[in-house]
Amino acid sequence: MNSLDASIKSNQYQFYGLVTLRFLIGWHFLYEGISKLLNPYWSSAAYLLDSKWIFSGIAKTIVSNPTLLTFSDYINMWGLTLVGVSLLFGIFSRYGALVGMGFIMMYYLFAPPLVGLEYGKPNEGSYIVVNKNLIEACALWVLYAFPTSQYIGIDRFLNNEAKN
Amino acid sequence: MAKKTNKKNKTNLERRDLLKGLAGVPVAGFFFLNLWQKIRRDKIKKSNLLSNLVKEKKAPAAVKSLSNSRHLNIGVIGYGGRGGHLVRGAGFATTGWTDKASENARKNKLDKQFETFMTQEDLNCSLIGVSDLFEVRADQGIDASGNETRPGGKPNSSAKKYRRYQDLLANDEIDAVIIATPDHWHAKIVIDAAKAGKHVYCEKGLTRTFDEAVDVYDVVKETGITFQLGHQNRQVEANEKAKQIYRQGLLGPVNLVEIATNRNSPWGAWVWNIHPKGNAKTIDWETFQKPSPNKIPFGEEALKRFFRWRCWYDYGTGLSGDLLSHDFDAINQIMDIGIPKYASSTGGVYFYKDGRDVPDVWNATFEYPDHKDGGLTLLYSATLSSANPRGNRIMGHDATMQMGGQSGGGSIHGFAVTADELSTQYKERLSNGMINPSYPILTYSPGSKDIDGVTSATSKYFANKGLLYTYRDGKRVDPTHLHVKDWLDSIRNGTQPRCNMDVAYHEAVACAMATESYLTGRRVEYDAKNRKLI
Repeated sequence: MNSLDASIKSNQYQFYGLVTLRFLIGWHFLYEGISKLLNPYWSSAAYLLDSKWIFSGIAKTIVSNPTLLTFSDYINMWGLTLVGVSLLFGIFSRYGALVGMGFIMMYYLFAPPLVGLEYGKPNEGSYIVVNKNLIEACALWVLYAFPTSQYIGIDRFLNNEAKN
Repeated sequence: MAKKTNKKNKTNLERRDLLKGLAGVPVAGFFFLNLWQKIRRDKIKKSNLLSNLVKEKKAPAAVKSLSNSRHLNIGVIGYGGRGGHLVRGAGFATTGWTDKASENARKNKLDKQFETFMTQEDLNCSLIGVSDLFEVRADQGIDASGNETRPGGKPNSSAKKYRRYQDLLANDEIDAVIIATPDHWHAKIVIDAAKAGKHVYCEKGLTRTFDEAVDVYDVVKETGITFQLGHQNRQVEANEKAKQIYRQGLLGPVNLVEIATNRNSPWGAWVWNIHPKGNAKTIDWETFQKPSPNKIPFGEEALKRFFRWRCWYDYGTGLSGDLLSHDFDAINQIMDIGIPKYASSTGGVYFYKDGRDVPDVWNATFEYPDHKDGGLTLLYSATLSSANPRGNRIMGHDATMQMGGQSGGGSIHGFAVTADELSTQYKERLSNGMINPSYPILTYSPGSKDIDGVTSATSKYFANKGLLYTYRDGKRVDPTHLHVKDWLDSIRNGTQPRCNMDVAYHEAVACAMATESYLTGRRVEYDAKNRKLI
């Protein structure tokens, strides 16, 4: 992976493109997390109740159990916020990207826009199989594979070898 | 010299290091600047719309029992579908019901019917008398009275079966009765019960005719019994919230209210099952048809009429007493409109040509020329052949409150208040963009802790979703249970329940006026002074 990192680093367009992508996704996660933390009425229940496909059973179990639901709410609120901080500031960003990908894939799988599945909540766009969640998850995969935080980010101070 | 350059390079390197390491900081700064602006803007928005206007945002507190100590013995007269639900509200369900509900809960974790019943407050009462003209139903009532699967554990005693309700009323041990017979029997039984000193919970519509409503009113007032009419919407949190909003003038002057019933199923049109065990032996048909204007001998037609009584004016008033009554009472709860001055209605039997004489499409107009906002029209529109979710709308000069989206399903809905783009009250806020007339300025969803000052399509969507339950302190409860509890608490404390005789009379007169108008084909006026229909 080191040689790949080096080649990315030597091409400024590619490198700063990746850094920008990291900032943007970090921003998105951070706001998703903080807006939920700031809203005392937010709950993952509404999303889970509309779940279709293979995970709809798990979703119903979570909603019907107040402890699990509270747990799910906290995991989402704090998880999104921390992933956001990780990507934006470049702290343990590779793990951040991985965890973020996990979150987004989970959102995708709980309610995938597959043919034949219909959702109560109106969509803001038109999707079939591929939606913005899947694309963001894929973008996080790219960020995981091409880490930039050891050059631009707090990870720079934690990883002395990668300087310059 | 070389040393100096090195040192300079090192400082440059460190600075570059620092800049690269903290590159996220300015982005985060920009983020938090935006976040701060957003929070500030939302705060101003909320303080404009909520703090200033919705003075009491919090949910009404749980109905606390002032005195739950006095044990009450109750009887039920008419243990049909609705009677069964009311008695469950008091804490007694048939073994068939508890078995099925617990099985449903096992199969579907989201089915909370059983849990909601079992966690109901024990109302400290016993069901000791059951009267029904159909043997099978009476037996079900007896079964419910002794079922140990209930909130509060094993019941004190099992009920006695009475073929004649007069004998049930003669039992001195019975303190209060639930009356859930067809409408044509209501007046007579309420009057007899009140005269026998029993407190009464009567199902809606109050009576079949206007004259009966006046008689019931007088006797209930004279005897001083605690009377509750079966409009459980009086316990629904969303209606109480809506009342606060209306009272605080958020909607501005209101001159038109639209309420609607849309149903599109045989069940919704009262084509109910004819019980296979219903026959001349198990049904007391002669007693059943005693108060009805037209009599027929027992036979196939009588069986149909016994089980589907809402389809004939001999026993009920169709859409008027069954469904208009609910929506009328909800609006009366929110807006205190009282009895209209005029009513007119039209309609017909256009879909269910099954021999019924009550209309399946029916529209009624109620006029309140003396309403405080200058005058008010209440428009009721109903069809039993379309499930279009119209909901109810209170249309004010400054804002409109849309309540629910699915009408007539017995569900509880939230509401959304949307500003009128030509509002006077919100003119400034509309022009500076603080209020967007395309989105609600306030929404309330059943189950949420509070009214929310939001402007999004999603919140609107959730406000329109219906639930069968209302909430108290975040706990899910059946409004029917709360309504029965309100009645029993009022008996113990000597207070007036929420749907007492005064408001019950408003509902009864309004519905009777609309029915009278349909049957006579003319506009009907209420003479409040002489309590007469002109």
